[in-house]
Amino acid sequence: MLGEGILKGLAETARNFAGSFVSAERMTTVQYPEERIAPIEQTRDFPFLVYDSKNPGDGADWEAGLRCVACQICEKECPPKCIYIEKSTDKKPDALGKMQIYPARFDIDISVCMSCQICVEVCPFEAIKMDTEFELSTTDRFGGLLYDKKELAKSNEHFHKIHPTEAAEVDARLAEEKAKSDAKIKAAAAAAAAKAAAAAQPAAAPLAAKPAEGESKA
Amino acid sequence: MIEQADQIFVHLLHWLLGFLPVGIQGYVGVLLCVATIIVTFPALFAIAVLMERKGLGRMQNRLGPNRVGPFGLFQPVADGLKSLTKEDIVPLSADAVVHFLAPVFLVVVVFMGYAVLPMGRNMTLVSMDSGLLFYFAMGASTELSVFMAGWSSRNKYSLLGAMRAVAQMISYEVPLLMSSLAVVMMTGSLNLNKIVEAQNQYTYGLPHWYIFTPWGFAGFVLYAIAGTAETNRSPFDLPEGESELVAGYFTEYSGFKFALFFLGEYVGMLSISGLGSTLFLGGWSAPFAFLTWVPSWIWFFGKVMLSMCVFIWVRGTLPRLRQDQLMNFAWKFVLPLTLLNLMVAATWRFMPEGWLRWVVCSAILVGVYTLMARVGMRREHFGPRSYRYAE
Repeated sequence: MLGEGILKGLAETARNFAGSFVSAERMTTVQYPEERIAPIEQTRDFPFLVYDSKNPGDGADWEAGLRCVACQICEKECPPKCIYIEKSTDKKPDALGKMQIYPARFDIDISVCMSCQICVEVCPFEAIKMDTEFELSTTDRFGGLLYDKKELAKSNEHFHKIHPTEAAEVDARLAEEKAKSDAKIKAAAAAAAAKAAAAAQPAAAPLAAKPAEGESKA
Repeated sequence: MIEQADQIFVHLLHWLLGFLPVGIQGYVGVLLCVATIIVTFPALFAIAVLMERKGLGRMQNRLGPNRVGPFGLFQPVADGLKSLTKEDIVPLSADAVVHFLAPVFLVVVVFMGYAVLPMGRNMTLVSMDSGLLFYFAMGASTELSVFMAGWSSRNKYSLLGAMRAVAQMISYEVPLLMSSLAVVMMTGSLNLNKIVEAQNQYTYGLPHWYIFTPWGFAGFVLYAIAGTAETNRSPFDLPEGESELVAGYFTEYSGFKFALFFLGEYVGMLSISGLGSTLFLGGWSAPFAFLTWVPSWIWFFGKVMLSMCVFIWVRGTLPRLRQDQLMNFAWKFVLPLTLLNLMVAATWRFMPEGWLRWVVCSAILVGVYTLMARVGMRREHFGPRSYRYAE
């Protein structure tokens, strides 16, 4: 019969209307500032820069511990071009102990960022990850939404807290790389030592000072 | 005492006018009544908006607005202040004069309709002999304002919305008029006061409202459908379809002009509800003889607000129609039924009183409704696509 469906629909909405007064389980929303739902693990919104700290929690070495080496891949890949990087002129040792340049400036304009996570996917150094912080409103729509290096830097512990599974994977990968590179360095050092020993055998004592000089230069 | 409460506004007006010289009493009286209408219905509009937002929220298992004031009761105030303080943007290529006039015209025309509505015993601003005609003339003028808004904005969404609105409003204007015509046939008058008085009688404590007759019930349902479409309410809200036309004909309106459109729409709904209750639900008359002591204006406004609740309920239930469904429904279903309803009303009028006319009139209506539902609204089944030339 024509109109039957409309009556059924009206009954359904009436049931929901009345039900919302009597049963709290029906309510699909929470009253946000007072109540919060814990974010699911896959939550992501804006990127942040990961740093490794020697004393977790103090945040003292946020600049020294940054994993970013200013390779600018993320800047080039970013579809809305919200990342701005300036390379440093000097170098500093990275997590593996290699000398690397570092970002003198690293800005992300989160009013432009579209949270696509492409920067995270292309980063070869696990240096940029997605954050879950969403209460970012500010009264200054230009300066307040342009995040610099200091505002973007967050510790690896923070990363572990918000995305534990991903952070554990990343740490395992980094440890593996570190072990590999350590082994390589050790092997290279051993080879160099063996060579030096071989070279030192026939020569006299005064020549032994030279390889030491060369090492300090490197 | 009871008589006092019923006529409280009428006495108040006379008491106030008593302070003035006789010569200007008439003019000031009209001005006072107009001012009252212009204050009352926007206040009801605020209440209706709050009811709508809270009610729709509840239907969707949400709480609705609850931040401004206790239980969010001051939300309309906050909304009003917000729209007042917003920037009023007129597009550079818009026709500025028409763009400005459209919302003003809409509100003026919508308020004009209230001039003839009886809001209580002796509470009609103008007791016009052609009251219903005047009301429909004013109601039809809203289409002009809608098209003014759509055309002057110079925006494709506005224009599409306005075209849809005009097509829809003209299509549904016909059944709206036809369904109320049955009432005019029975009462023999276009004067809304007389229509209410004709329904303000009781047998065995039950009122003679027209909705309690076969033709009146059918007429009321058809009127409600046409009225919903006429005020661009869901499920007939194609002209403003937020999800497809970015609010239709008032896309290019902001700030207070937008608020005026919003006001016009809701005041239009209140006025259509008011006319519906006047025509079919006995206007200001009480639903039972033993309740006649309750002031008449309480009944009128109660009926209006109840109709608003039904509007909200329907909005919470039904999805939006498609344009062709809308037009098919108007011309192939609602209009034939209103014409039939006129015939049924005439049959009712000329048959002797008794159970026979109940049976005959109901049978005609139910039979034709079933038939049209089966045949007219049948879903068309298309076979596999065939090509005549390309093979």
